[in-house]
Amino acid sequence: MRPDLDIIQNWIAPGSRVLDLGCGDGSLLEFLKTNKGVAEIGLEIAEANISACLAKGVNVIEQDLNKSLQNFKDKSFDTVLLTQTLQAVSYPDVIIDEMLRIGKNCIVTFPNFGNWRSRLYLLTKGRMPVSNFMPYEWYNTPNIHFCTVRDFDVLCKEKNIKVITRTVVDHLHQGSWMIKAWPNFLGETAIYHISR
Amino acid sequence: MPKTIPENSVGIVAPQCLHFDDPLLLRSGKTINSYDLMIETYGTLNEAKSNAVLICHALSGDHHAAGFHSEDESKPGWWDNCIGPGKPIDTNKFFVVCLNNLGGCAGSTGPTSINPETGTYYGPDFPVVTVRDWVNSQVRLMDRLGIAQWAAVIGGSLGGMQVMRWSISYPERLRNAIMIAVAPKLSAQNIAFNEVARQSITADPFFHNGRYLEHGTYPKKGVMLARMVGHITYLSDSAMRDKFGKAAEALANEPIAGNFGRDLRTGKLSFGLNVDFQVESYLHYQGERFSEHFDANTYLLMTKALDYFDPTVDYEGKLSAAFAKSSCRFLLMSFSSDWRFPPERSREIVDALLEAGKQVSYLEIEADQGHDAFLLPVPRYLEAFSTYLNRVSDEVNA
Repeated sequence: MRPDLDIIQNWIAPGSRVLDLGCGDGSLLEFLKTNKGVAEIGLEIAEANISACLAKGVNVIEQDLNKSLQNFKDKSFDTVLLTQTLQAVSYPDVIIDEMLRIGKNCIVTFPNFGNWRSRLYLLTKGRMPVSNFMPYEWYNTPNIHFCTVRDFDVLCKEKNIKVITRTVVDHLHQGSWMIKAWPNFLGETAIYHISR
Repeated sequence: MPKTIPENSVGIVAPQCLHFDDPLLLRSGKTINSYDLMIETYGTLNEAKSNAVLICHALSGDHHAAGFHSEDESKPGWWDNCIGPGKPIDTNKFFVVCLNNLGGCAGSTGPTSINPETGTYYGPDFPVVTVRDWVNSQVRLMDRLGIAQWAAVIGGSLGGMQVMRWSISYPERLRNAIMIAVAPKLSAQNIAFNEVARQSITADPFFHNGRYLEHGTYPKKGVMLARMVGHITYLSDSAMRDKFGKAAEALANEPIAGNFGRDLRTGKLSFGLNVDFQVESYLHYQGERFSEHFDANTYLLMTKALDYFDPTVDYEGKLSAAFAKSSCRFLLMSFSSDWRFPPERSREIVDALLEAGKQVSYLEIEADQGHDAFLLPVPRYLEAFSTYLNRVSDEVNA
């Protein structure tokens, strides 16, 4: 299990109803179903991932997040998840609004583009950062909307979104006092627990 | 019959006829006092009786879903692509039950049966049966077989509607509801096609108000026409271009070259009312073959059951309310080129299930074959179907 997912599960109430947007192979939902007894629905478009969810017994719906989420009713889920997917959607602000409409609370995780490695890469090489963490070239990356921790803070403020908890961790998914002091500089993955 | 039976076939199978004597009250208010149901079963019921699945047939289907009745049978049962050892509905894991629905013409009580009250064929007097009536009769079949809960109830098209009715009316009696190429109810366009089919049957001079058996005749032309119009709605435009565009393929050495499936039958136009194009000859053949074994009154009844199906009637038109008590898990699959029950119709059901807070999975399968795809070996469809049912098998055979 990805360590950021381990942090997330602490914020999910046992027996709650969880919607995971871009649920991948269903690992997180399977974990939450087994350990927290949640009633889960995942959305996914990749055929192999959908199949992996079916094999795990995870409920999965073939639906493209970038089209519409209007088929989901207001406050029909306790928690709506978007993990490491925000940077790959067409309209991140619209997705966040939709998540907050559908869920009573939401969890968003994304790679922090404001991390010192990205800054150093851009500063010294003058090219878009490529790393193990973000292995794509600018022209073939699915990650079309990178943002930083500070960017996301500003978005939350502009939209009057309540940040219940913000955790920023490094590549070992540990949060030290240094990362707490300089999250946008040292943090690699941002994990937000938000609501309206 | 193939020279050797394929390894993944259920092989030679024999139907059974079960008689029921407890009167069945129908939705129309009429009652059938006693009736027969023809069934076939494949695989073995486990000790806990937890591995039984029910297959519900569509408009023209029957109890013969897989395998061969004899070595002389040229084609296997109608869903042989999906039922058999190692196939999605794996007969090594499941005990599979299929029946011919009431009103059918393959051995279950229907219009061609003798009405004990009159001593002659039911014919047009056979009461209009609905999806709900079928499901009520299937519950009795289930009780007769000593099965408390189906591991899954599975069906495509009109079969999927029966699955939906099961999940609404008998929630505790199935673990999984699998609906394929289905719709929550017919659209005006769907009903329109059915009415054309009915009119072509009833307008046939040999129909005799449905009493053709007494007259020793049969409305063959009418049934052929009905099947031809139906068949068009089962195929997609692209499937037809493909099927009847082989000549162009041969010429241009490219798939679906630009003749739009306009292959000629004899290579030249007749400049008369003869059959010029391959598609015409194909439809004639399909209609002809169908009319040889299918009863006209049954066709009328089946199309009525389709038209009348509306699970929201008892719930003020709200589909999500209809599912309120459902406790099974749902799997829906639709096909991209199906214009009879297109993917948006399946999504209506998925959305209602989501609103009702149910456990649902949904796949939209890319396929060219139109509505018929649910009967065909579309790789992604079979793979997902197998994956889901393997999981079910692990649960019920544990």
